Amino acid sequence: MYSVSRIKKHEMMVGYLCLAPWILGFIVLTAGPIITSFVISLLNYDMVHTPVFVGIQNYRKMFFEDPLFWKSLKATSYYTLLVVPLNLVGALLIALLMNQKLRFINIFRTIYYMPSVFSGVAVALLWSWVFNKDFGVLNYLLDKLFGIVGPNWLGSEEWVIPSLAIMSLWGVGGGMIVFLAGLQGIPTQLYEAARIDGATSWQEFWTITIPLLTPTIFYHLVTSLIGTWQVFTQAYVMTQGGPNYASLFYVLYIYFNAFVWFKMGYACALAWILFVVILICTVLTFKSSPYWVYYEAERR
Amino acid sequence: MVESKVRIIIKNTILYFILVLGSFILLIPLFWMISTSLKTPAQIFKYPIIWIPKPIVWRNYIDAFTAVPFLRYISNTIFIAFTSIIGDIFSCSLVAYSFARLRYPGRNFLFLLMLSTLMIPGSVTMIPQFLLYKRFGFIDTYVPLILPAYVGYPIWIFLIRQFFMTVPFEYDDAAKIDGCGYLAIYWKVLLPQIKPALIAVSISSFMHHWNNFMGPLIYLNSQDKYTLALGLRLFQGLYMTKWELVMAASTIALIPPALIFLLAQKYFIQGIVITGLKG
Repeated sequence: MYSVSRIKKHEMMVGYLCLAPWILGFIVLTAGPIITSFVISLLNYDMVHTPVFVGIQNYRKMFFEDPLFWKSLKATSYYTLLVVPLNLVGALLIALLMNQKLRFINIFRTIYYMPSVFSGVAVALLWSWVFNKDFGVLNYLLDKLFGIVGPNWLGSEEWVIPSLAIMSLWGVGGGMIVFLAGLQGIPTQLYEAARIDGATSWQEFWTITIPLLTPTIFYHLVTSLIGTWQVFTQAYVMTQGGPNYASLFYVLYIYFNAFVWFKMGYACALAWILFVVILICTVLTFKSSPYWVYYEAERR
Repeated sequence: MVESKVRIIIKNTILYFILVLGSFILLIPLFWMISTSLKTPAQIFKYPIIWIPKPIVWRNYIDAFTAVPFLRYISNTIFIAFTSIIGDIFSCSLVAYSFARLRYPGRNFLFLLMLSTLMIPGSVTMIPQFLLYKRFGFIDTYVPLILPAYVGYPIWIFLIRQFFMTVPFEYDDAAKIDGCGYLAIYWKVLLPQIKPALIAVSISSFMHHWNNFMGPLIYLNSQDKYTLALGLRLFQGLYMTKWELVMAASTIALIPPALIFLLAQKYFIQGIVITGLKG
């Protein structure tokens, strides 16, 4: 007979063994690099010459001497401020629409969801052509339907970020599916009870649907906040950060520093600031959650 | 009664109108891409727009394929994707099994630690990882692109763990009584129960590698090792104004994701729902 503690020990060993791939990856590809990244951020290192220790010079330079750093912060936060709310409201509204009992609704769900699974270079190329100032379909339709002369979307400092925001809305179906699942998880008895109490559909929406969706909204908010700070491919393919650095997204700027100008130290310092920004965004969202996110389990 | 019926009809008409309008808006870019890919250069710069090209120039696809070695890029991408999928399935499910089924000190802490790494931007670890791979001579090889699949990806570990949690513990207990060890339970009893999760992970992994741009951009130098994403970018540089060829190449790149999506839509949704709602 095995003793209880021996079985436990055996289970523990198997448990850690099964975790081994992740633990190894965590140490070698995550934790190690994070620490190394901070160390490199204190150096001047171009991968050819021996690194020179410069202390916090890279950080100082960033904040006080580098206008591009501020431009990239501005471009990225502008994009975030446009995309996160638009995407949230858009996805929620479409999900409400898709939750109606209509014939053929599954076909519509597929159509709305599909563009969100496309990404990468092909999509960026496709949208560069849509946004083409003279021959693109967007300006053509604006002219034909509304008589508006469309702007030079990707070629103007003013419109380049809104253009990329419009493009990101093409993927609104991804959020829609999440919200749709959230909506379908709301128990129907709640609506029945509300109807007996004489609630209007408007009241039902604000007192049942929205509160019960807040955990989904919260999840969507956190993931899209983290996502918008890491835009790279679109900017690299469509604008290269232009015109006049108006779409110099933060990660694009890190990439240029590291792999085009070989300023590894400076790039790591930039990356660390990004880390801090994302951390602050996420922590603030989490801290705000008790005030507006409703968890049913807490009441039990 | 009659009045409410009329109201429902009006309401549904409005809803359908909005749905159809939205569908048009979402589909126009795709239609525009395909239409452009079948035009002659002269038709591209015509005003008003020619929606359905006449004649239909299928040759654009042949030209696009022969202008740069797209077949080579596609097979490189498929090679990377498939070797990664194998790694993802095994590593993620093994780690998930440990988190979902086994009890040992520190488990919950490690699980939270894993989830918190999701917040770390890739660009923080990117440069040290690059220097590490460089030190071991892995630049311009597929190692940096494939290796991460073998250590498990937190989102997918989480997804598979959530699926494992839905399998009743009676299965494990019954197998234990039959004399199965932990690994046999994982392999023979639990894995077959969570096939949908494994399919969802395989699909996400494929999509990721099919679209991944930054990884190949950083690590691959020689053109014969390029992936499809890099090939498209190269193509864009070479044929900047030949939109019919650029759109033909883009269409080709979007066909596999579109097909997989249409065939396996339910797995996409299942994956999203489980990671999205139980977090």
